[in-house]
Amino acid sequence: MQFPTRTSPYTARLYRVNQTMGWVLLALLPGIGAMWFYFGWGVVINIALASATVLACEAWVMHLRKRPVGPVLGDLSALVTAVLLAISVPPLLPWWMTVLGSAFAILLVKQVYGGLGYNAFNPAMAGYVFLLISYPVEMTAWIPPSVIQENPLTLLDTLRIIFFGTLPAGLSWDAITMATPQDLVRSELELKQTFSEIQQGPLWGGLGGRGWEWVGLWFLLGGLLLLYKRVIRWYIPLSMLGSLFLLATLFHLIDPDLYPSGTFHLFTGATILGAFFIATDPVTACTTKRGQLLFGASIGMLIYVIRTWGGYPDAVAFAVLLLNMAAPTIDHYTQPRVFGHQRKGEL
Amino acid sequence: MTMTPSYSKLVKDGLWSNNQALVALLGLCPLLAVTNTAINGLGLGLATTVVLILSNASVSLIRNWVRPEVRLPIFVLVIASFVTAVELSMYAWFYDLYKVLGIFIPLIVTNCAIIGRAEAFASKQNLRLAVVDGVAMGIGFTLALVALGAMRELIGSGTLFAQAHLMFGETARGWTLSLGEGYQGLLLAILPPGAFIGLGLLIVIKNLIDERLASRPAAQTRSAAEEVVTTEEKELETAGRKEAQA
Repeated sequence: MQFPTRTSPYTARLYRVNQTMGWVLLALLPGIGAMWFYFGWGVVINIALASATVLACEAWVMHLRKRPVGPVLGDLSALVTAVLLAISVPPLLPWWMTVLGSAFAILLVKQVYGGLGYNAFNPAMAGYVFLLISYPVEMTAWIPPSVIQENPLTLLDTLRIIFFGTLPAGLSWDAITMATPQDLVRSELELKQTFSEIQQGPLWGGLGGRGWEWVGLWFLLGGLLLLYKRVIRWYIPLSMLGSLFLLATLFHLIDPDLYPSGTFHLFTGATILGAFFIATDPVTACTTKRGQLLFGASIGMLIYVIRTWGGYPDAVAFAVLLLNMAAPTIDHYTQPRVFGHQRKGEL
Repeated sequence: MTMTPSYSKLVKDGLWSNNQALVALLGLCPLLAVTNTAINGLGLGLATTVVLILSNASVSLIRNWVRPEVRLPIFVLVIASFVTAVELSMYAWFYDLYKVLGIFIPLIVTNCAIIGRAEAFASKQNLRLAVVDGVAMGIGFTLALVALGAMRELIGSGTLFAQAHLMFGETARGWTLSLGEGYQGLLLAILPPGAFIGLGLLIVIKNLIDERLASRPAAQTRSAAEEVVTTEEKELETAGRKEAQA
């Protein structure tokens, strides 16, 4: 699907596609390292599985369309999709679900629309939502960060769980998995605990959930690298984080017992990852400056609304997909004023 | 005066080349909403077929008495009467299926495929052609519904023809095919997005088959030409033999 989204000024491009995607992959590394440290080998195995799947799918589609395979695999965009999907899903997800989600993302979300540059939706997030809606139980079984893990899993254990579904001797699923900080807050709030009481629990760190906050901070570092290298612009991340933080803080000030603080919202779940790596996808985001500000702010707002009053574990994927839908319309109404013309279009 | 199409063309159009669901993309509301199982699709497809045949026949019969200015309200009245009759019959004889399909039985009246056939075909053709068209279009629509329903049921819950007893009575309880207990259904296929994706895939399959068929005539004409040659040779041979005999 092609939308008329290109706007002036037509600045000279800084990077080729594979350079952009390469920087994104590089900037993801600190966060991935942190995830590997806190959540074990499952993260790495998921990335390997997803990458192999997306490359195979892209090669197959190029074969079907009788086009050269090399340039498409070489632009690295499929790998970015694979990595984003793999770090969004729980580390112990059965292998075939990771494969299914990656194949869905590439085949039905990206290539069916015509490949890179033509997809209306962010493939990684569509793949994530596809899995979340289809397999809600497996998709919400997160393991606790290693600092508070009672039964640490070795590489071999992890491989067995992912590929054969066999748990280490003497352990049950409940002993391995644990609610994410967000799920915990939600369920405890329903049990009439106050937010400050929940924060006393062992799962809690300084900013958000223990371990989770550090993953967020390392992703933030990668995001700042992208900003510094001008791979992405600041409009979307800042407006997204800003609107989420402002809304959360507003409600937190109204009733601190019932509504978690702004910093909690920034450093749990996929907020930071989403702000810098997912919402800024050059294909599916808005392209005008005002459009990007509106796009980011709306995502932040939707994340807060869905997290607070919705039923799903995290809201970044849904918010991004909903705004992907709105992006062409936003672009249409936020075209910059052409020099010498009034805003309305007449001279 | 419109051209009178042949029966074989009517059947081919209805079942395949002008399939109301896959080509005309009409009647998508019931198509997408009730096809979470094959049996639901079959039930609604058959109800639609009955209404389509009856409305096509009636519209064809009254075509010379209806003024063009008021034709659409008249068509809708005709269709609505038949839908009501079908709905009441299902309430009487297939109560369980009636409960499952719910609002979508009365909604047949808004199925664009039916008024589309009345306006585009039945109001211009004689009774026999209109009935054949109704049968072909109805069956084509039903087949699409069943195919989509079977696909979604198989992927989504790992069964096929579950709840067949709703239509075929108690003996049909054993008809259910299952992929086995271990199959974990892909929930998305049963949910509304699955209907859209499934319909898209069905259209892909149909277009793919059409493409294959279109690329084949070259080979077909060649083999046909060869056949002609061989028959000519045979005739020559027999002629030669006759000459020899003579």
